[in-house]
Amino acid sequence: MLLIALIALPLVAAGSALLLSDHRWRSALLPITGALHMGLALFLFIRPEAPLAPLWLDLDPLSTLVLLVTGGLFFACALYALPYLRMRREWGNRLMVAGQLAFLSAVSLAVAARHLGLMWFAVEASTFISAPMIYFFRNPLSLEATWKYLINSAVSVALAMLGILFIAYARLSGEGHTDLHLAHLLEHGTQLDDSWLKAGFAFYTVGFATKMGLAPVHMWKPDAYGEAPGLVGALMSGALAAVAFLALLRGVQIMDVAGQAELARAILVGFGLISIVIGAISMVRQPDIKRLLAYSSVKHMGILVLGVGIGGLAAYGAMLHLVCNAFAKSAAFLLSGNLQRSYGSKQLPDIQGALTHVPASGNLYLISFLALTGTPPFGLFISELLVFIGALQRHYIPAAVILLLSLGVAFVGFLQAVTRATTGQAPDARPAFRDHWLLVLPPALLLLLTLLLGITTPPPIAALLADAAALFEVLP
Amino acid sequence: MNLVNNVLILVVFINFFMLSSSRLVPCIRAVSLQGALLALLPLLTHGFTAHTVVLSCGALALKGIIIPRLLLRTIEQVGIRRELEPIIGYVPTTALGALLTSASFLFANQLPLLPEHVDSLFIPVSLSTLSSGLLLLMTRKKAITQVLGYLVLENGIYIFGILLLEAMPTLVEAGVLLDLLVGIFVMGIVMHQIHRTYSDLGTEQLSALKE
Amino acid sequence: MLINALIHTLVVLLLSPLLIGIIIRVKSRFAGRRGAPLVQPWRDIWRLLRKDLVISHTTSWVFFVGPVLGVVVPVLAFLFVPLGAFPAAISFEGDFILWLYLFALARFATAAAALDTGSSFEGMGAAREVTYASLAEPVLFFCLLVIARLSGSLSFNGMFGADIAAMWPTAGVSLLLVALCWMLVLLLENARIPFDDPTTHLELTMIHEVMVLDHSGPLLGLVHWGAAMKLMVSGALLVRVILPFSTGHPGFDIALFALGMILLAALIGVVESVMARFKLPRIPQIMVGAILFAFFAWILVLR
Repeated sequence: MLLIALIALPLVAAGSALLLSDHRWRSALLPITGALHMGLALFLFIRPEAPLAPLWLDLDPLSTLVLLVTGGLFFACALYALPYLRMRREWGNRLMVAGQLAFLSAVSLAVAARHLGLMWFAVEASTFISAPMIYFFRNPLSLEATWKYLINSAVSVALAMLGILFIAYARLSGEGHTDLHLAHLLEHGTQLDDSWLKAGFAFYTVGFATKMGLAPVHMWKPDAYGEAPGLVGALMSGALAAVAFLALLRGVQIMDVAGQAELARAILVGFGLISIVIGAISMVRQPDIKRLLAYSSVKHMGILVLGVGIGGLAAYGAMLHLVCNAFAKSAAFLLSGNLQRSYGSKQLPDIQGALTHVPASGNLYLISFLALTGTPPFGLFISELLVFIGALQRHYIPAAVILLLSLGVAFVGFLQAVTRATTGQAPDARPAFRDHWLLVLPPALLLLLTLLLGITTPPPIAALLADAAALFEVLP
Repeated sequence: MNLVNNVLILVVFINFFMLSSSRLVPCIRAVSLQGALLALLPLLTHGFTAHTVVLSCGALALKGIIIPRLLLRTIEQVGIRRELEPIIGYVPTTALGALLTSASFLFANQLPLLPEHVDSLFIPVSLSTLSSGLLLLMTRKKAITQVLGYLVLENGIYIFGILLLEAMPTLVEAGVLLDLLVGIFVMGIVMHQIHRTYSDLGTEQLSALKE
Repeated sequence: MLINALIHTLVVLLLSPLLIGIIIRVKSRFAGRRGAPLVQPWRDIWRLLRKDLVISHTTSWVFFVGPVLGVVVPVLAFLFVPLGAFPAAISFEGDFILWLYLFALARFATAAAALDTGSSFEGMGAAREVTYASLAEPVLFFCLLVIARLSGSLSFNGMFGADIAAMWPTAGVSLLLVALCWMLVLLLENARIPFDDPTTHLELTMIHEVMVLDHSGPLLGLVHWGAAMKLMVSGALLVRVILPFSTGHPGFDIALFALGMILLAALIGVVESVMARFKLPRIPQIMVGAILFAFFAWILVLR
């Protein structure tokens, strides 16, 4: 019951946003819905309920984790959106608010879905809902980014559907009848026909890897994240990527049960390493602060996938990384948005002396850099360390070395950008847009959470992370 | 079975037509016809049940009528009627399409099929439509043809889905079709914006974003 | 076998101009005229054969080879072709390849004769003709492969023997595609609208006509006769595919075949009357399309 409310609530709010005529009330819908959604998610975490239709909608540890992350992220972005939409009043906020709320609904549905077709529907819906939001600024570059994102995502998710249908055929071949309920697929995993399953998994992985933004199919990411408003970039890099990761992991679960765990792991490790390397290399000498974050996102997605591919301690590290990265990356996007707004440009040559020009955002941007590159005591340090140790434990020595080197390269790339942005001669003119406290508080809170997760992991959260990681352990 | 196979062969002919045609309105009508043919298939293969009737009506309404009408309206507003020369030329594109179609047929022969599916052309035609759609998407310069390519791609996947009707309950199928509609709607809006920004729907201008 | 060969030779030599007559008659009727009598092509050929020969100084013996081979080759080729259900005179495994290349030989001779005149128009026509013919050959090849695959035999007699009627219910689509592609090749190879206009008098628009521009008198007569015979040979197989019936009695079979040829000629006449000529750059595109359809038909029967 509560689960259905969790999904329906933002949808209802989206509908109201379309109907309401007052700009401020529409904006207010965002934090109100965000808070309610967050509350419901926490409640379901503390007190799990018996689901109404367990074959269709249910929360397992991974779902709960992603749901909490997404809910928290959305709430933070909703707070940020209040002053943001007021400042950008001239663009109107009807579509933006309705889009964000519908997006939250679609993401919640994708997270809770236990039927592959339903999950696919939700992911595809989230794609089409997020596309117009990229075009918020109405300029030719963002139009180009929107079009490329749309075509790329639509095609990749369609290929994922082909993979899902192949998996259904694998079941039909093995058992004589078929359906796409995850519970049934996991139960009868050993009866899935091998060749159909492998072919299906190939399509499925390519589809969702593109959606997640893993290299070498990450081409849309720099453009889309680069041209979207910081707010949209934060939501997409945090929530959409997490949901795509979840969808990918469902496929891995099926492969595990069917006895194809080795192949699945190999594919994941491959994707992971390529993404980490390409992401890190592309970060060096990147003059655009948002594209810089996009490539950083590619790298971090690679770490996630690498962790799950290696398994064990690395998988636990990947789960922690999911949480910390979502928070830190979103904070960084929001802050980049602040910088872009204050300086009127997102190219590094134009952004200088942020520490004095826009002190709050500038300082926080520096902190977000530390968080994102895995500096202790932030959570990302712990998670990346866990992945590294896990890799060594499972004898993935070359992978561990590549991981370490790439993290170093990324650090250098990001450092270059941050020092140029924060230090140096600040422009004399007053910033075009001053920092409002609500523009600064959400990123600060997100970074604080990341810091806290680095220092300590409260037992319920640790248990949740461990449970989520355990879903992908292949029992001998 | 023979009738179903003949319908599927017609689908392949429509693919070839779209790959070789440069006129947009006939292409859109071809996609509409393809959608209508696809709507027939669940009824022909699985008989008349509530599930298949709803699915067929939905597919016919959406793929055969509503989406083509949306697209026709878009090109009317934008005012284009012809496609530019594709990236590799019409003849190579069609030849490549035929090559991919043959590859699909040969590949489908190798797949371990259930005995009742061995004679039917579902899987080869599904793969061939998929590859034709991808080819259209990748080699054409105008945004509208890329959308048509996407539609053909989705049609290919839909053909495969008909084999697995029991795996996709009505609600989910309806969701899939709805997604398609929303997707095309959004694409239509973006195309309109592209036209307003660049005064034509060629995507060559959409290449400003680089490393 | 000798009688068979004799029948074949007589049929192709004597009856082929009738096809041309039918085509002209149908076109005239479409245009609202009564049209020339059906025996007119014979009269034309007879008249030309009795005329004087005028030969250009720039030509050599090659100039004669074109028209001569243009008559000899169709007669030879016809010996391989079954007349409906009436078997062919010569038959062996792989004879269809010889058949294809006999026509290539004739085409080469015609092109060589055209080039021999040293005229630029004729050279242009030769270039066009061989380009289009090179695109038509794969079509023919794939169509024959389809029939070979369906019948399991590699000679015309086996391919177009009694079983062909049984092929239609099982591989109807492929045979339909084959018939369609064959019709296109027929129209192209025999220089009919929509690929080439046999009645045009503008050299720049000619493809086949311009190659034989310099021939006169008996040579021209041979050219026209050869063209009629080529039409008959090309059409014979198509008629067999479309009318796959066999009655068992050789006389009836030949009559059925003759009826089929007449209908085919009428069809060509109709096509010539209702269609306009294609733009020259379109022709390769259409032929590539035909190659692909024939290829697809072959893929369909491979399963």
